[in-house]
Amino acid sequence: MEKFRVEHLNFHYGDKLALSDISISISDRRITALIGPSGCGKSTFLRCLNRMNDTIRGARVEGRVLLDGQDIYARGTDVVELRKRVGMVFQRPNPFPQSIFDNIAFGPRVLGLEGDLHQIVEESLRGAVLWDEVKDKLKQDALGLSLGQQQRLCIARTIAVKPEVILMDEPCSALDPIATLQIEELMQSLKEEYSIVIVTHNMQQASRVSDFTGFFWLGEMVEFDVTERVFTRPAQRITEDYITGRAG
Amino acid sequence: MGARHLSLNWASSLSSKIAGLVPGRKGKPPPPAGRSYVEFLIESSIRVLGFSTIGFVLLIFFFLLREGLPIFREVAPANLFGTRWYPTFDLFGTLPLIIGSAYVTVASIAIALPLGVATAVFIREVAPHWTREVLKPLIEVLAGIPSVVLGFFGMHVLAPLVRTTMDVPTGLTAFTGAVLLAYMALPTIISVAEDAIDTVPRSYRDAALAMGATHWQTIWRVVVPAARSGIATAVMLGMGRAIGETMAVMMVTGNAARMPISLNSLFMPVRTMTATVAAEMGEVANGSVHYHSLFGIGIILFILTFLINIVAATAIFKKRHRGGLR
Repeated sequence: MEKFRVEHLNFHYGDKLALSDISISISDRRITALIGPSGCGKSTFLRCLNRMNDTIRGARVEGRVLLDGQDIYARGTDVVELRKRVGMVFQRPNPFPQSIFDNIAFGPRVLGLEGDLHQIVEESLRGAVLWDEVKDKLKQDALGLSLGQQQRLCIARTIAVKPEVILMDEPCSALDPIATLQIEELMQSLKEEYSIVIVTHNMQQASRVSDFTGFFWLGEMVEFDVTERVFTRPAQRITEDYITGRAG
Repeated sequence: MGARHLSLNWASSLSSKIAGLVPGRKGKPPPPAGRSYVEFLIESSIRVLGFSTIGFVLLIFFFLLREGLPIFREVAPANLFGTRWYPTFDLFGTLPLIIGSAYVTVASIAIALPLGVATAVFIREVAPHWTREVLKPLIEVLAGIPSVVLGFFGMHVLAPLVRTTMDVPTGLTAFTGAVLLAYMALPTIISVAEDAIDTVPRSYRDAALAMGATHWQTIWRVVVPAARSGIATAVMLGMGRAIGETMAVMMVTGNAARMPISLNSLFMPVRTMTATVAAEMGEVANGSVHYHSLFGIGIILFILTFLINIVAATAIFKKRHRGGLR
């Protein structure tokens, strides 16, 4: 099942062409990893999928991004509705300076979701494998948690609004190895229900967690295939060089 | 007082910058004799100036204590904190004045807080770039309008307006004073609140937007709460300015030393501590009980503003301590 279909996407920052002619199909309930050196455009591409680039001055998008067949850049698209369906976890854990409970309840509150708030909070925290660690201190400041816990809190906060897709922008780059492992295990359980797109500069991580891998190089998508094939028999020379550490 | 607090901070940071510019003697080859003499002269004159500023402040403080403290011996506490201020009849009840000041100050903050925060949010979060560039200096100009000019405006424009629209016997009321004070506190509140909003990390906004919150929800539920301690500081500084303000208040509040305790006293004359001191200081005999009582009011006022500034400063300190305004 196809969730996202991107067709000939170009992205400009002012005069600079940051992404050129990207076409890709992202599957439902699979993990798609985007790898490549810094500045290759993978984060920019990720932010195109929920239109987080809209707030950047001088940014311009060409091409089509279809979510379940609907172009999200079509005129009249409700960006708020889109972001409700396509959630995002950021590079650095960014919980609000509020209690753990309020952090999770934020989304359901602003979106006016139906249902018992306490139940939503518990389900989301369980979904992010954080419930047992925080269930006795829901009223405490979220910034008192460790970075790894904060990042799982951010994931819980994202799934509290019941999105269809979760975008992760280098979610483990600020975390230690154990916290990283916890997030990776969490992703495996999340993929039962959500499509996940993860940007990572850690190639081991991409090969460990993902089903599909896209390789970005200088703003172009050089290769996109099943993860195993990208890492064992890449079609392009540059991909092989990057994966083996000779380029990038 | 609030403005002085700010400028003191500013001055101390400036002087530390200047101190950084003056080349230190440590670890440098000994300079030629003539230059080191000049340097010694500059350094010691800076030191003398710095210490003398502290000295003057202390002297003023001791003068205030010397002239004001006797009142607490000369007049019985029951009289001093009574409800009637008639110095000619030996009645020195400061309560109506204290409550009058508090009343006008609180009312002015009640007006200035929503306006100031809304303006700060508008400038920082909503206004297009060019509007921001125009508004910011304009607001700083607002802070520079002399209070007597505002008082004049209050007497001739605001007071008649209040009288006719509220249908009260006089337009010189607590409300009129509160509006003027709100106007005077606004620049402080706006610029400090705006700084606080500016330091809210971008990542908070991103997180809220990425969850499907609208721009308005992001501002109201994430940005403003995250900046609340900075906004509280803004209010305290605005309050410090309002409670110490004299001229504009004296011109528009009517100066009747009555207890403003009923609900409708918002639209009746009131008298503040500052206005009392300013109005009566010229007429008292030096060294009399009345004279001491005015300085006594000065001490009470000093303690109040000092407390307010302390609260504001601890809030600032806490934020620095935790790394950034939150």
